[in-house]
Amino acid sequence: MTVQFTIDGLEVKAKEGEHLLDVARRHGIDIPSLCHHEAVEPIGACRVCLVEVRSGQKTTITTSCNFLVEDGIEVHTDTAEVRKHRAMNLELLLARAPKSDVVRKLASASGVTRTRFEPLAYEPLPNCILCELCVRTCDMLGHHALTTVGRGDKKRIGLPFNKPSDNCVGCASCLSVCPTQCISVKDTPTQRAIWGQKHDFILCKVCGAPVITKKHRDFAISEKGLPEDYYDTCEKCKQSAASKRFASVVW
Amino acid sequence: MSRTPKLDKKLISSILQQHKAGDASALVNVLHDLQAHLRYLPQEALEMAADHLGVSYAQMYGVATFYEGFHFKPRGEHVVTICMGTACHVRGAPRLLEQAERDLNVESGGTTKDLMFSLEQVNCVGACALGPLAIVDGTYKGSMTPAKLSNLLKKMHKKGKK
Amino acid sequence: MQAFKTPKQLQAHRKKIIESRPADRKAIAVCAGTGCKAFGSLSVYDVFQKTLKSSGLDKKWELRATGCHGFCERGPLVLMFPSGTLYQKVKPEDVDEIVEQTLVKGKTIKRLTYQDPVTSKWFRREQDIPFYKHQHRLVLKQNGMIDPTSLDDYLTIGGYGGFLKALKMRPAKVIDEVKKSGLRGRGGAGFPTGTKWEICAGTKATQRYVVCNADEGDPGAFMDRSVVEGNPQSIIEGMLIGAYAMGASKGIVYLRQEYPLAVQRLGLALESAREAGLLGKNILGTGFDFDIQINKGGGAFVCGEESALIASVEGRRGVPKRRPPYPAISGLWGKPTNINNVETWATVPLILDRGHKWFSSIGTEGSKGTKIFSLVGKVNNTGLVEVPMGMTLKEIVFGAGGGIPDGKSFKAVQTGGPSGGCLPESKLDTPVDFDTLVQEGSMMGSGGMIVMDESTCMVDVAKYFVGFLKFESCGNCTSCRDGLQRLYELLSDVCEGRASMETLDLIEELAGTIRATSLCALGTTSVNPVLSTLKYFRDEYVAHVKEKRCPAGVCKSLITYTIDEKNCNGCTICAKKCPEQAISGKKKKLHIIDQQRCIKCGICKDVCKYDAVIVA
Repeated sequence: MTVQFTIDGLEVKAKEGEHLLDVARRHGIDIPSLCHHEAVEPIGACRVCLVEVRSGQKTTITTSCNFLVEDGIEVHTDTAEVRKHRAMNLELLLARAPKSDVVRKLASASGVTRTRFEPLAYEPLPNCILCELCVRTCDMLGHHALTTVGRGDKKRIGLPFNKPSDNCVGCASCLSVCPTQCISVKDTPTQRAIWGQKHDFILCKVCGAPVITKKHRDFAISEKGLPEDYYDTCEKCKQSAASKRFASVVW
Repeated sequence: MSRTPKLDKKLISSILQQHKAGDASALVNVLHDLQAHLRYLPQEALEMAADHLGVSYAQMYGVATFYEGFHFKPRGEHVVTICMGTACHVRGAPRLLEQAERDLNVESGGTTKDLMFSLEQVNCVGACALGPLAIVDGTYKGSMTPAKLSNLLKKMHKKGKK
Repeated sequence: MQAFKTPKQLQAHRKKIIESRPADRKAIAVCAGTGCKAFGSLSVYDVFQKTLKSSGLDKKWELRATGCHGFCERGPLVLMFPSGTLYQKVKPEDVDEIVEQTLVKGKTIKRLTYQDPVTSKWFRREQDIPFYKHQHRLVLKQNGMIDPTSLDDYLTIGGYGGFLKALKMRPAKVIDEVKKSGLRGRGGAGFPTGTKWEICAGTKATQRYVVCNADEGDPGAFMDRSVVEGNPQSIIEGMLIGAYAMGASKGIVYLRQEYPLAVQRLGLALESAREAGLLGKNILGTGFDFDIQINKGGGAFVCGEESALIASVEGRRGVPKRRPPYPAISGLWGKPTNINNVETWATVPLILDRGHKWFSSIGTEGSKGTKIFSLVGKVNNTGLVEVPMGMTLKEIVFGAGGGIPDGKSFKAVQTGGPSGGCLPESKLDTPVDFDTLVQEGSMMGSGGMIVMDESTCMVDVAKYFVGFLKFESCGNCTSCRDGLQRLYELLSDVCEGRASMETLDLIEELAGTIRATSLCALGTTSVNPVLSTLKYFRDEYVAHVKEKRCPAGVCKSLITYTIDEKNCNGCTICAKKCPEQAISGKKKKLHIIDQQRCIKCGICKDVCKYDAVIVA
């Protein structure tokens, strides 16, 4: 079923069951957010993507990433209330992740350039904003290596018992989705160090560049039923081989 | 010599067998049963439990650490718990906790080096009329004062050394 | 126990058992609730058992270990039927005398009866004691009358009458009955129970669930514990009625692990209900299947929130989810799920048995029936009180509660658990119902009522609740997780004399964002204790900030312990007990506290018999 409503005065249509943030972005309306990624289910953690939703007599401030669109609502993305509360949540996040460029940029766009709060006393991962994108992605990819540990003011991201996990294949997807880039991944030409362990790379048979970690290859081949030699060459060399083949056929 | 007792995998299996395999809704009940026998939740037990219930080990650990009731390190022979409920708080529970921390030389949540005492706190056991309350090895000790608690701990310590 | 195969068989057994136990039969009820047990009531029970047996009186007198009577402050309690005589603070060595004097000769032992600390009047009968006199006990009354492990005891007081009546009605009619009664959820939010049932029943599904929320997490509240321990069959009956009305075949009781006795008693009750054919397949031959399992909590306050409870039961972290969809439409494993709390379920059988008109005649326009409160803190009569909705705070605190002990003056009463508000003396005439309390900046919550006196620091109390909630927050939302952590730091600044007036502004600003932008009710209501104390007790905050003084003498950084010259007689006890050897002084000479070494633990004040230690 289709629902119809307005965002900042603009008439929009969406499917029932869609989330407001996705609909807004599709219509070119930007709502800042940190913990949202289209590949995984929203959890509404960062509380930055705030909007004001008017429905009949009721006006509420809500996060848009996990708000299911409704027919006839009136959405405002930039009211004084929204700005005030977004600024406060960004100030809280700035205190947690003072070195994150993304957080600093968003905060300063909200007029927050310094925080009135003390630096956090604890944080096993400096600049982590606990958005759980890494955990959600790790789960979605079927690895289940990372987890959210503890709760409340002791919540953190990590591995069970803080020990290297057999499930981690070293794919570094966690880092690729991390908004503050706070996960430590160190690559050498032959090895990747991540989450307390080292993974050997498969090196491209043609150019010698790292293709994928061995463990990741084994996982991908067994899970996706890819041919054994799928990761023998890197994408670049695969492409140039393909174009050479193409060229030989055409010319 | 390791202070951690050797794990009895047979015992863990037999505990797990009492719960339906693949039923994640038994997760917290399973954790309770394991802890009731092992007194804490060692890594191997969580791994076996995750296998049995069909959830990932990471999820098992994430869920277990979400709750205050579970422990992941060996606990002391005696567990001293201070109730930090509101009724106990207004009757002076923080002073009890501080006293116990001083006497045992551990922070709340910790275990003494000799593994004799674990000091824990709980957010209300619903025995508010007895407050402030200390729970010593499961027994409720009501109308507690720092001085009384101190004496009690000293006595237990002496007994334990013998 | 026989398995009943038809409603008729159960009815016949009920009739037989009620007739065989006339209301005026002689019985002794020893309270075996958690409070009285901790005071040693089980040894009292044992001695009674032996003494009655050896004297042959066990034929004449029935002895019962019952659930909580509510008057925990005075335990162990021994209540005698039919006389209604209540003995309090009974010790095992008193039993012989009770048997000889009271049971045999019918004489009252005055010293064991209750003396009002305020009026010094003595009371023999339970019902005359002010603590009980101000109450209207529907749910709690049964607690003191029955052995919680006996199904027959429950049948004697009319148990399963409501269920039998429901079975004669169409499910929709049962829902209608609950709707008309005006019952609202006792767990805190006060949503109309019948409407909730109707939504759940009206959602098309192959499977529905009913859940009893017994994750009583409010610190300072123990109503639910006492009902589960004292009358577990009433919860089972309530859930049976609900399951029948909504077409659910599975029930779950989500029970706090901190309540081991409740887990045990409910387990026994489920077994005996199964044996009697009241749970399982084809209940009483009606074709209705229903069973209940216990899911223990792991110690997380937030799991009292419906969507977090569901996550916990499903084996996930107890993190609340955005609603809608509500559990009544999509709950456990995506199926319609009706969640009510213990007190709500325990009230349902009474409504079915006595009719909606009877129930709605009690209480106020918007809030029907009675509500159980756990009255604790700085109050004379600590315990559980059940009162009609609409009774004023004053009547509860000063009537049933008997006022403030040690001649101190009342300062505030906090209702609604950690997310409730603190109401001052000027609000004591507030009638206690769902809507009025919210208007005044507090809430009903599940029924915790914590009384504070002049020696309670309101900033410290606000800090306590915020500390509790930051620890109990699931940690999902920035506003709640980090917001509460920061709020706690700011309140600590106030308590420790580091704050300025700007700190108070920042506290209010931050509290506004936590309230407006957190996902679940834990977050949005978490600032109530701060905002309500700032509103009603602002002068205390200001004293901490401007004068660096804690008027109640609680905040350690702002107080000093000294010894009063006049009262100190040099008994040396304080010096001996001081853990830091901070007190010096010769025997029979004035003692002095070395302020550098003093850690303000307060032991000297506790042990001084001459009131010579001054806190200022």
